[in-house]
Amino acid sequence: MELNVRNETKATVVEVKGKVDTLTAPEFGKYLKEQIDKNENTLIVNMTELYYMTSAGLREILGAGKMLRKKHMDILLAAPQGNIMEVFKISGFSSLFKIFDTEESALENV
Amino acid sequence: MKTYKSVKLLSQANLPADLENLPAFLNPIKRCAREQGFTPEKIARIELAAEEILVNIFHYAYSDNSGYAQVTCGLDQEDRLTLAFEDGGIPFDPLSRKDPDITADIQDRPIGGLGVLLFKELMDDVHYRREGDKNILTISISS
Repeated sequence: MELNVRNETKATVVEVKGKVDTLTAPEFGKYLKEQIDKNENTLIVNMTELYYMTSAGLREILGAGKMLRKKHMDILLAAPQGNIMEVFKISGFSSLFKIFDTEESALENV
Repeated sequence: MKTYKSVKLLSQANLPADLENLPAFLNPIKRCAREQGFTPEKIARIELAAEEILVNIFHYAYSDNSGYAQVTCGLDQEDRLTLAFEDGGIPFDPLSRKDPDITADIQDRPIGGLGVLLFKELMDDVHYRREGDKNILTISISS
């Protein structure tokens, strides 16, 4: 798993690459929490290069969403690939979160 | 290889039920699926289902973390890949758990139960049985 962050004008963009599995999910969650604590704006998670995510990763996204909701802010999910999208559909995340095909379209909707 | 209950056994791993052994459990499963000609997409599904099941065993089967888990990979009569997960822990049927509410608002959305939901939906067939002092969960998927 690889993580990095960029601050755009209207949003904080976290890029997550590789695998978010049982072993790496805690680090992913901690990273999201740090960005939420630091930045008072919308969080976009760019998943273009994410190819595997288990329920441990879903829990971290849900946790981040709950934190942001308390601050009246939003989390947007950008560019999930086919198998990740399938996991989002099964878990009901596709109706819970706003999901965009690209980071650009997510940014346009902040 | 020997045939057991109409399943042709292809590989088996028996190790302590510990998170640090997760890759040692998953690698033979992925290899088994690859050797049977499953696509990378299907193998990723199989890996995900297997990881969810194994992590449940690691967390819940043994109160003192001292037990084993065993995974066998095989082909059933319909040539579906069949994985059997066995542990000697407390009786636990993950399939009897109520599915989490996946329509609730974010504040009320439960944080647990998604792993079971994932492997149930990703596989063609899931089955649990208690056999003596063992839990045996079987999952199957066609190529």
